[in-house]
Amino acid sequence: MSVNKESFLPEPNFLTSPKGLKSWLLTLDHKRIGLMYLFAIMFFFMIGGIFAVLIRLELLQIGETIMSADTYNRMFTLHGAIMIFLFIIPAIPAAMGNIMLPIMLGAKDVAFPRLNLASWYIYIGGSLFAIYSMAHGAVDTGWTFYTPYSTSTNGAVISMTLGVFIIGFSSILTGLNFIVTIHKLRLPGMTWFKMPLFIWGLYATAIIQVLATPVLAITLILLILERTLGIGIFDPAMGGDPVLFQHFFWFYSHPAVYIMILPGMGIISEMVAVFSHKRIFGYKAIAFSSLGIAFLSFLVWGHHMFTSGQSEYAAMIFSFLTFMVGIPSGIKTFNWLATLFRGSITFEAPMLYVFAFLFLFTIGGLTGIFLGALPVDIHLHDTYFVVAHFHYVMMGGTVMAFLGGIHYWWPKIWGRMYSEAWARVAWVLIFVGFNMTFFTQFLLGTKGMPRRYFDYLPQFEGMHGFSSVGSLVLGAGFIVMAFYLIHAIFKGRLAGDNPWGALTLEWQTSSPPPPENFLKDPVFTHGPYDYDTVDVQRTV
Amino acid sequence: MSEIAATNHPTHLQHHFSEMAQQNDSAKLGMWIFLLTEILTFGGLFVAYAVYRAWNPDMFLMAHKALDVQMGALNTVVLILSSVTMALGIRAIQLDNPKQSVRFLVITIGFAVMFLVVKYFEYAHKFHVGQLPGKFYTYTGIEGTNPHIFFSIYFMMTGLHALHILIGIGLLSWVIRKTRQNIFSSQYYAPVENVGLFWHLVDMIWIFLFPLFYLIG
Amino acid sequence: MDSTATLWMPPAQSTIAGEVDALFYFIFYVAMGFFFLVVLAALYFLIRYRRKGNEVGLTDGHDHNFKLELIWTIIPTILVFIVFIWGFRTYLKMNVAPKGAIEIKVTGQKWFWSFDYPNGAVTLSELVVPAGRPVKLLLSSRDVIHSFYVPDFRIKMDALPNRYTMLWFEAKNVGTYNLYCAEYCGTGHSTMLGKVKVLSVSDYEKWLANAGAEKDAEVPLPELGKKVYTGKACMTCHTIDGTPSVGPTFKNVFGHTVELSDGTTITIDENYIRESVLKPQAKVVKGFAPVMPTFQGLLSNREIDGIIAYIKTLSEQ
Repeated sequence: MSVNKESFLPEPNFLTSPKGLKSWLLTLDHKRIGLMYLFAIMFFFMIGGIFAVLIRLELLQIGETIMSADTYNRMFTLHGAIMIFLFIIPAIPAAMGNIMLPIMLGAKDVAFPRLNLASWYIYIGGSLFAIYSMAHGAVDTGWTFYTPYSTSTNGAVISMTLGVFIIGFSSILTGLNFIVTIHKLRLPGMTWFKMPLFIWGLYATAIIQVLATPVLAITLILLILERTLGIGIFDPAMGGDPVLFQHFFWFYSHPAVYIMILPGMGIISEMVAVFSHKRIFGYKAIAFSSLGIAFLSFLVWGHHMFTSGQSEYAAMIFSFLTFMVGIPSGIKTFNWLATLFRGSITFEAPMLYVFAFLFLFTIGGLTGIFLGALPVDIHLHDTYFVVAHFHYVMMGGTVMAFLGGIHYWWPKIWGRMYSEAWARVAWVLIFVGFNMTFFTQFLLGTKGMPRRYFDYLPQFEGMHGFSSVGSLVLGAGFIVMAFYLIHAIFKGRLAGDNPWGALTLEWQTSSPPPPENFLKDPVFTHGPYDYDTVDVQRTV
Repeated sequence: MSEIAATNHPTHLQHHFSEMAQQNDSAKLGMWIFLLTEILTFGGLFVAYAVYRAWNPDMFLMAHKALDVQMGALNTVVLILSSVTMALGIRAIQLDNPKQSVRFLVITIGFAVMFLVVKYFEYAHKFHVGQLPGKFYTYTGIEGTNPHIFFSIYFMMTGLHALHILIGIGLLSWVIRKTRQNIFSSQYYAPVENVGLFWHLVDMIWIFLFPLFYLIG
Repeated sequence: MDSTATLWMPPAQSTIAGEVDALFYFIFYVAMGFFFLVVLAALYFLIRYRRKGNEVGLTDGHDHNFKLELIWTIIPTILVFIVFIWGFRTYLKMNVAPKGAIEIKVTGQKWFWSFDYPNGAVTLSELVVPAGRPVKLLLSSRDVIHSFYVPDFRIKMDALPNRYTMLWFEAKNVGTYNLYCAEYCGTGHSTMLGKVKVLSVSDYEKWLANAGAEKDAEVPLPELGKKVYTGKACMTCHTIDGTPSVGPTFKNVFGHTVELSDGTTITIDENYIRESVLKPQAKVVKGFAPVMPTFQGLLSNREIDGIIAYIKTLSEQ
């Protein structure tokens, strides 16, 4: 890496004007709020990741390796709850979306800046409840909080669910803010179909956030009331029904899966076009498939409950709709492939993550077909196959897109470039480590290894051991990444306004952008992917 | 840049909007989306109501007779009237008549308080005879299985609704204060209108709660 | 390894397992096809269209192709439609038990299964069934949700505390198969293991006729206790090697004094063990949660005597 100490970041930029901690904590600037989200989210990603490695170390060998069964049960619950509610749901919308959405629209800020700041404080407030819960016995219910286990177990279930409930509001407010911003604050000339596809992804996501999260909120309130007042809604001993909780829970949590993946798909769409230097193929198909997924995602929750004794006909409908929701994802994948065709492709770190996404998310999506097929799901439900499937979708999909987005926008956010060589090292470690860890788990699952097991039978030891070693490789990749990304913030060489030669609006302002995003009001002159008509050069 | 922008902007225009219409439209759209989340929050409880009603039709029939239809009807009238005064309050500010607007909003708060007082008497009676949710249920006069479920749902839904009335009173008080400070006018009344939208929603939810609990058997 | 096992699937030991596997492998090969299509196409394009040199000019502007898009929408749709129809037909078969199936009541609780047979016999943790006869299980739970899972039979069904769920299967071959709890149920979830023992029809009938009585009277007490320990789920929570698990170990406890959760102490004797089997919450050893279910009605007096005798043999006197 070439270090050029004489070079200074352009002024004014949002990082330094105004200065002071107070100016950050009370900021209304979407970029600063987004960055504060990013820091909080990365912190919880680290905590959740440490729990994950501890889980894998416990499973390295048969029997008690480093912790007791009760500790283990708390570990996997916390890993799930932190990764889902504190990391992956806010990761792309609240952090990357907050920083980039207004700039990509040519706006000065989101529609409701104060609400935006409030949503960050709500998120932090909720996460404090979660931390309080961890310090006071934690929870051992699994992140799904299934009743009647969650209403009868010891531990700090109430503070954890209250934390998740509060964080839900931050998610709702972010979604609300984005919808209004997209509707009302687009640059004149930027019509709906001239928006970058990341914005479409965020728009579809925001719709789900706004429509699904309230149901989770009321479900968690019912759970808390059940535990404190014994209202009996979910308690079989009082005429209630624990399966109703599952219906309520998955009515939110299945759409929530798309809250996690849709913005990731948006980032992939951006990066595929930029690094192929080519018009995105099937713009409208990608945009509408996001909306299609958002709509269908509300109708498939029952596929989490094929073994819960629901009627055959409910199962049939849910199975059918589950297959239908897979089609739009397939369409997107083919569109990305077609974008590569006749492109002018370069392989910087973001593009490596595009490839990782295509590879891993395809596996994740295709293994979803197994789980949608009723008789096969009966065998695979609640086994490691499911664990592997959703890690391929969530980590192989969303997290790869998130990491790609980090590498893509890092020079825009900080004005400085990271080391490409180290980025490749980290990518290899992550890609190899991920497949070692999770591909093994497909085999464990089909062979009948149930999930959430503290211990296992001897025939599974080899594969569990291999998976655990893989998780260490994966962890090493993240440690390398943390070092070079932080190094880049302080010592990286200057990135310039538009290193990748991209056409979306965030690359037409300085890096880092000034407080109100553009020093001169931007003018809409070309679409986001007009690489066939606009000559733009790369400076990287 | 922001200083330059501030000089030729109307007073209430926030820096990141280019004109008042854009800001007002945004505020209203945001409010509608928020109301949607409110409907979905109550929606979860309506589903719970529907499910348990379908499972225990006889018990719901017996239990709903324990509610006082007259008090419920009184509250319905009170809330409808409060919606009328709310609308009149918004109209007054649109016509640049803040004094009249404040008068109507105060009356709206009056109705809201009246609603809560009636609700208090209803709740107090139920507490007294033990028609309480879940494990606190001690009343013995209702036949059918698990009548406590009915009261769990009743208290949750009306309780959440009453909480919204309280929040509404808070919002109305805030609007009244701002109106007295002459913040609002026919040029800028989006917050008044949005509080009005919230109030109408709270009213509307009661319009559904009343027949579901008090009337149909 | 069993000859019916494949690379991906465990042995197929029920009549339905073959059908499930056929669908699994159909999806598997279709999925492999798509996976290689996507990844190889991506790799090919990435290499074929990589940038040469620094300058980049305008690129191909084609951004849609209706025919192509139609094809890659319709073909996957048809394929998943086939999978759906196929899956649903097999699923209906899995859900409708044949007439005349042997009906066994299954109850899950923390952390073992109990099985009630038509003639009143009861077994714990071990389900005994005949080969070649359909068996219908009626599942429920005493506490939280459990899930009855036998991988070799490709069957799984949740056991719920408020209602009955149904499951049926027909085992093909005599043998012993693993039974798991698949729905997370707490501390002992991973030790809530059991066996499905498949006997020939004649052996099954013989076994059923003697079940419960099983010549217990002839077995010496410590040996009977050892059988109860493994057969009636004591081993789920109590070890015999000295390490504490969900409950205290059985090794070196008899005649020793322990502290109870209320602070008092007690010397472990015959009466304490008997009480702990029948009223487990009465005197809980300090440091352990009061989670043990009662075995009242599940163990005979002689079996309790056996357990006491067995625990004695595990202690240095």
